[in-house]
Amino acid sequence: MKIPLLNAEKLSVVFGGLSALNGLDFQIPVGEIVGLIGPNGAGKTTAFNAITGIAKVTRGRVLFEGRDITGWPTSKVARTGIARTFQNIRLYEDLTVIENVMVASHTSVRYSPVEAILGIGRVYADERRIRHRAESLLETMGLIDTAGDKAGSLPYGSQRKLEVARALALEPALLLLDEPVAGMNPRETIEFGALLRKIRKDLNLTIGLIEHDMGFVMDICTRIRVIDHGIPIAWGTPKEIQNDPKVIAAYLGEG
Amino acid sequence: MGYDALRVFSVFSPESWIHMVTRDRILTCLAAAGFLVFLWYADSNFSEYSIRILNNIAIFIVVAVSYNLINGITGQFSLQPNAFLAVGAYTAAILTLTPEEKLRSFILEPLIWPLSDISLSFPVSLLAAGVVTALVAFLLAVPVFRVRGDYLAIVTLGFGEVLQVIANNLVPVTNGPLGLKGLTPYTNLWWSWGICILTIFCTVRLVNSSYGRAMKAIREDETAAQAMGIDAFRTKTLAFVFSAFFEGIAGGLLAHLITTISPSLFTFMLTFNLLIMIVIGGLGSTTGAVIGAALITWGGEVLRFVEEPISLFGYYYEGIPGMRMVIFSALLIFVMLFARSGIMGRNEFSWQSLIDLVNKVVGRLRGGA
Ligand SMILES: Nc1ncnc2c1ncn2[C@@H]1O[C@H](COP(=O)(O)OP(=O)(O)OP(=O)(O)O)[C@@H](O)[C@H]1O
Ligand SMILES: [Mg+2]
Repeated sequence: MKIPLLNAEKLSVVFGGLSALNGLDFQIPVGEIVGLIGPNGAGKTTAFNAITGIAKVTRGRVLFEGRDITGWPTSKVARTGIARTFQNIRLYEDLTVIENVMVASHTSVRYSPVEAILGIGRVYADERRIRHRAESLLETMGLIDTAGDKAGSLPYGSQRKLEVARALALEPALLLLDEPVAGMNPRETIEFGALLRKIRKDLNLTIGLIEHDMGFVMDICTRIRVIDHGIPIAWGTPKEIQNDPKVIAAYLGEG
Repeated sequence: MGYDALRVFSVFSPESWIHMVTRDRILTCLAAAGFLVFLWYADSNFSEYSIRILNNIAIFIVVAVSYNLINGITGQFSLQPNAFLAVGAYTAAILTLTPEEKLRSFILEPLIWPLSDISLSFPVSLLAAGVVTALVAFLLAVPVFRVRGDYLAIVTLGFGEVLQVIANNLVPVTNGPLGLKGLTPYTNLWWSWGICILTIFCTVRLVNSSYGRAMKAIREDETAAQAMGIDAFRTKTLAFVFSAFFEGIAGGLLAHLITTISPSLFTFMLTFNLLIMIVIGGLGSTTGAVIGAALITWGGEVLRFVEEPISLFGYYYEGIPGMRMVIFSALLIFVMLFARSGIMGRNEFSWQSLIDLVNKVVGRLRGGA
């Protein structure tokens, strides 16, 4: 079997006594869309935070392309090819929409600050490349008409899409989406699903996805990991998950 | 550039974007030429007092613009200006003084060798002031920014206080409380405004580059910036060292303008003044920093009378020393409470916005008449 693109082994995160994540095994095979689901407070976001170096891993390891990236600083994780979006939208609100996307291309800039000041070297070529890339991503996400607006002024759904556009500008191998359709209406959700499939194919992406919208998850994911109270309880295809008594119990127990 | 062009296009006249660029270039050249003529006229016709104010304005613009880069653009609250101006001023002054002048000045203890034998030209000394200050900033930045930069304000504040003690007590280098006297007044309108324009130019270029976007991203949301691959440590250090470089040069200019420097010149009040400038101008706006610096420096001169005795309509007013600072502080509080974005907010000057403003005013006047 091929090694998975991302492999979290026995991942645990403890927040001052509270065990938010407890021995999570989570694999994302290349080219798939893998869902991470569970009731509120199950530790899904914490898992993404642990993978991207935002939360400190207490035990376990994170392997990306077979390399141990446990404990790497967030920016280094991003540069190695893992981009993400945030559940509680974290845009650069006072920057314009296109600037938000261009920020994520900073790692690809080849000119130095001195060249930037003198206006020599690759400055203009790089800036043009970054801007074009941002424009085409905004085009893809249907945000090009708002390119010059402040990101903070966008409606909720557009802000979620902008988060995706920004993450894509990193040119990641793996995209982690934390509740990307939260707050979208059913039509927007369906459109977003189609868009996500297209992006995945066009950009040759692998995707990890947290989402509460079960219809959306079952429809789009190839595999699903279920956790409850930080503990992994199920792993399988959407069909297997839907019929798993442990999963049903976890969700019923919540309500 | 496509969408920019379209936006500008739609609000202005049916010209192409290229025309806009050409128009802006021409306007900039005209403004620069006009300013040169003004400086040349001022240089030979203005009173010594007015020229001094003009020099002061230029120097404080340099400091305010660089200070705004770390405080307003990168969003890292810092209290550096007095310390970095001091480093720059002392460095440049020690370098331009001739060996004979040094021998005469350092009466308590002689200046240590090799500083005692060195004498450099003004431009080289200014550059050295910038480089030394940038180096100091780098040494401060490494420990501070390694642990998320929340301590920057405290460390820079403390550094300023430590420098006071050093300047007063490291007599063989600084001449202690006596300070350095009899510097050659090299700083003239050409030097101060030349460097002022250079600083603005460099800062604007940096801010408009990908590095500037990274700085703003850190200000807006540091974690989200890091999640997009931005190295917060490097980016903050870049902003801090860059601003220190120009503040050091400004210190050198200041020293050779007032020709006498002593530790008492570089107290925290100086930093407080700078803070008022950038807040009133609009934190995060380079244009705002320029306006704030000009306004407060000039206003400080205009308001001098409140500290001097005057008699008006038979009333006698003694004048209260330090009254100007009270007025400025009150102004700062007012801005913080009621007009948080200052004069410019985070907007920058552009010819288009100036033209729009003029059109609007003219339209109002016409409408009113
Ligand atoms: N930084 C933190 N410090 C302390 N506790 C935290 C922190 N982040 C999360 N937690 C706690 O860890 C647990 C798991 O939180 P997490 O956000 O990962 O849940 P989630 O599965 O994403 O839930 P939701 O579906 O509501 O987003 C919760 O009890 C939460 O309160
Ligand atoms: Mg969550």
